[in-house]
Amino acid sequence: MPSNCKIVVDRFRCAYCGACVSVCKNDANELVETFLVIDESKCNCCKLCVKVCPMNALSVESSEG
Amino acid sequence: MHDYDVVVVGAGPGGSTAARSCAEEGLRVLMVEKRQEIGAPVRCAEGVSKSELSSLVEVKKKWIAKEVQGAKIYSPDNTLITLSAEQAGNEVGYILERKIFDRWLAKQAARAGADVLVKTAAVGVEKEKDGLRVKLRRAGEFFEVTVKMIIGADGVESRVGKWMGIDTTLKLNEIESCVQYLITGLEDMYDMEYCHFWIGHARSPGGYIWLFPKGNGSANVGIGVMPSMAKKPAKYYLDKFLESEGISTSKIVEVVAGGVPVSPIDRISAERCLLVGDAARHADPITGGGIINAMRGGKIAGKVAAEAVKRDDFSAKFLSRYDELCREDFGKTLERNKVLQKKILKMKDETLNSIAKSLEGYRMEDLSVTGIVKVLIKKNPKIFWDLKSLFF
Repeated sequence: MPSNCKIVVDRFRCAYCGACVSVCKNDANELVETFLVIDESKCNCCKLCVKVCPMNALSVESSEG
Repeated sequence: MHDYDVVVVGAGPGGSTAARSCAEEGLRVLMVEKRQEIGAPVRCAEGVSKSELSSLVEVKKKWIAKEVQGAKIYSPDNTLITLSAEQAGNEVGYILERKIFDRWLAKQAARAGADVLVKTAAVGVEKEKDGLRVKLRRAGEFFEVTVKMIIGADGVESRVGKWMGIDTTLKLNEIESCVQYLITGLEDMYDMEYCHFWIGHARSPGGYIWLFPKGNGSANVGIGVMPSMAKKPAKYYLDKFLESEGISTSKIVEVVAGGVPVSPIDRISAERCLLVGDAARHADPITGGGIINAMRGGKIAGKVAAEAVKRDDFSAKFLSRYDELCREDFGKTLERNKVLQKKILKMKDETLNSIAKSLEGYRMEDLSVTGIVKVLIKKNPKIFWDLKSLFF
């Protein structure tokens, strides 16, 4: 999927609620007990998970070039 | 021979009730919970209706944190409406101690005969000719169980439905993004015999703020916002509210977050699969309350599963009986409240203020929900006219 866009989770902010999992069409997010795992190969960087996060724990990491 | 008749994924109130119901019907059932502790971390404001909870289980003092008299609702300009517990709907009456309640329910399921595994996640399902092969991961070790059917009670982040062909993906206007603090030392600031609700788009876009007392001056103070309407994360609005109310942020003893599905879906069953609770999007669109419906659905799921095993019919067609029974039991109310919710979401804060003002002077304690809507229509005919057919 788009190589210049990557969703990253701030584990210190995340309260492992699973809201981000519920909005992901591609099933790219998995809440494993108390930590979130994002499968980059499934993520299309639609950013819905970033918007739904109550804790502001998700963000887009853009790499130049 | 299958390892079990049914596997239940998730040990919240919905899953445990479903597992218990299955076991009581004589099915061989396994309930798996991905966390190592059932009931923690909580993701919930913990309010339930007294009468509805009593109709489902024998109420135990050990998991009731506080009993409340009713609800106080503050409009955007803080016009106050007071409701007694019965009228405030699913949300108030008892404030639970979910950590104890959820474990008690899981133990009931186990005592009824269900096997229970914690720290065990379902990670996939393979469909076979005569059943399902469910892939589990327990403390990092992978193994499989064969079952006749699966009950997905895996919460807002449900994946069981998706694996079985039910699209449960939520849009940004179908979920409330929530955060909550357990704050202590609030007894001098609020009437702790009541739940408190603050509404208005400015302070909680597309949602509301709540304060649910938990006894000894403590309360769950939280917020839900609709991500399609909110410009910032839920936590931002909650912190802003605490500041405006003068609530100290130096006495917070717990932080929890959560996503609450607030839009019912068309199908909650598929071939060899039933969904329960938040996984079935059974939370109330207006209050966000989900415990009672999860338990009601769980009970029904156990009965339908038993019938399916008896007939050896796990077809989507037969299992759609579950959809029908849930709809008759509580689904119609969810659909009605969805219409009402959409209407409320469109209202400006000024409209909410004028509605609250229209209710001043009415002794709301004397009215039922239908009675309240009658007053709303009478006092605000232009705003509520189209709800007439919905309620009467």
